[in-house]
Amino acid sequence: MSTLLTTRPPDRGWRLFVRTIVARAYPRLIGQQREKVWIFFETFLPFLATVGYIYVYRAIQAPEDYIGFVVMGGAMTAFWLNVIWAMASQLYWEKESGNLALYIMAPNSLMAILLGMALGGMLATCLRALVITVLGTLLFGISFAVSSYFQLFAVFVLTMAALYGLGMLLASLFLLWGREAWQIATALQEPVYFISGFYFPVKSFGFAVALAASVLPLTLGMDAMRQLVFASGPSLGFLSVEIEIAILSMLAVVFIAAAKFWLDFMERKAIEEGTLTDRRR
Amino acid sequence: MSDQPAIKTENLGRIYKIRGAKRGEARQRVALADVNLEVPRGELFGLLGPNGAGKTTLIKILTTLLAPSTGRAFVAGYDVARQPQEVRPRINMVSGGESSGYGLLTVRENLWMFGQFYGLDTKTTYARIDELLQIVGLADRARTKTSDLSTGLRQKMNIVRGFLTDPEVIFLDEPTLGLDVGASRDIRHFVRRWMDDRPSRTVLLTTHYMVEADELCDRVAIINNGRVLACDSPANLKRRLQREAIFKLEVSPLRNGALAAFEQLPGVRKVVHSPQDGRSELDLILEADEALGNVVTALNTHGAHILNLQKREPTLEDVFVDLVGMSMTEAEKAGEQELMGG
Repeated sequence: MSTLLTTRPPDRGWRLFVRTIVARAYPRLIGQQREKVWIFFETFLPFLATVGYIYVYRAIQAPEDYIGFVVMGGAMTAFWLNVIWAMASQLYWEKESGNLALYIMAPNSLMAILLGMALGGMLATCLRALVITVLGTLLFGISFAVSSYFQLFAVFVLTMAALYGLGMLLASLFLLWGREAWQIATALQEPVYFISGFYFPVKSFGFAVALAASVLPLTLGMDAMRQLVFASGPSLGFLSVEIEIAILSMLAVVFIAAAKFWLDFMERKAIEEGTLTDRRR
Repeated sequence: MSDQPAIKTENLGRIYKIRGAKRGEARQRVALADVNLEVPRGELFGLLGPNGAGKTTLIKILTTLLAPSTGRAFVAGYDVARQPQEVRPRINMVSGGESSGYGLLTVRENLWMFGQFYGLDTKTTYARIDELLQIVGLADRARTKTSDLSTGLRQKMNIVRGFLTDPEVIFLDEPTLGLDVGASRDIRHFVRRWMDDRPSRTVLLTTHYMVEADELCDRVAIINNGRVLACDSPANLKRRLQREAIFKLEVSPLRNGALAAFEQLPGVRKVVHSPQDGRSELDLILEADEALGNVVTALNTHGAHILNLQKREPTLEDVFVDLVGMSMTEAEKAGEQELMGG
């Protein structure tokens, strides 16, 4: 066991934090490559729902940009599914498999573990979202009129930060609810599709409902991206892109800070009560 | 902190609240009570006791996963409740039957991931993984998906995960649980070799396999119902019974009530009965050889025939029986009944 005796000291502080993020993102990225059938099920099947809406809009002769709205909604669905099934309920599954105890016992930060899950999930899902967008564009001849690539990039990054921040917060909260995690995930899935305006402009709800729906990052994220990508987008937008960027920035900070707060609280509480690492409790 | 003991506990206790207890039922359960232990660096220390004795609770406290209800615990000189960030880089843990890691990743990838959580650089991590996999005989499975490993191979991977970070103190919680004889022997051999490599390394091993504790441990604490009943080297613990005579008998199946009658015989300290297929096994702890005559007479009275009789040296199981008044299996059953309110 000679190697064990001759090594440099392990990283601590921010270096350990970054290492943990990368290491925990790895299974998400590599897992997708190992099980290619997932790509089919998580891309092709949601795309069928998208196609259904496209044919409805075509049948009622809705403006052609609506087809683009639906394809974008379909692409963003992949992120929401990833957040709700592979992010929010993930710590609960980690507890069941025994990984959570090892994560807590290691000198790393649980927050870094959550960030790693988020980063891995986000990057892996980008591929699915891209496939849906490309397929939709090619099959239905969608035309884009991007007004600002910089703002588009900013909106996408902020939406992802806020959305996965929400996922991290939900992951901490799901630990509290334990076995009901998957039921909560199921209960959240469809209402969010509806209220975030995945397949129609959220402005249709009216100001009050659209404002309430804006607490979900996807609502404003998709609204802003549609405004930036489609010619008729600005006329169908809920708020101006600048305001939506500002709100998305706040949501990202609030969700990530709340996730950190809850995670610390849950870890403390679990260590006091002995609930977090015992699969029987 | 290197002059501090590897592990020290002072009046350590843990009480669990029982959720959903009905009226009249106990609302809390004492898992540990007044545990005082000191394990110097370089010792392979065993915790021996039946399931539910409090071994895992003690390990959880020492690995910062559970807060003590009373008392204090120190690992590598640091208070586990107040200084967990100091304790965590210095320890690791492997549990029997754990299914850590991700099935889609290969053995090497899973181990690399866990190494990163401890801040090891990738080059060092891979060098250690390759070396340790070689030692435990898993090198040829390094690129196998973890989900394709058998239970024994998976546990070997878990062992490598625990030792990969070269901890000052490692906690092995029933590491050979459910493994076949060969895999268990490999793991015991590996642990002993790891200890021999560097004298300052410390292992705390929990087990309910007496042979494992006897073979591996420098000292053993016998624990039952959350209390430490004795703590000494296996040889010294067994020496307590040196004055007694210990016999193992195989007899034809015993009738009801016979066992109680044997325990009342003069010179008989304890009888442990293990019913087997078509026969009964009796482990007798007698005050002296002469008391065996009483037992043989009583067996004849109850119509039992002796199939085999053997005098043997005391084992840690006998020490447990002597301290607790029942065998480890009986203690486990008693504990389960208590939990169910029986």
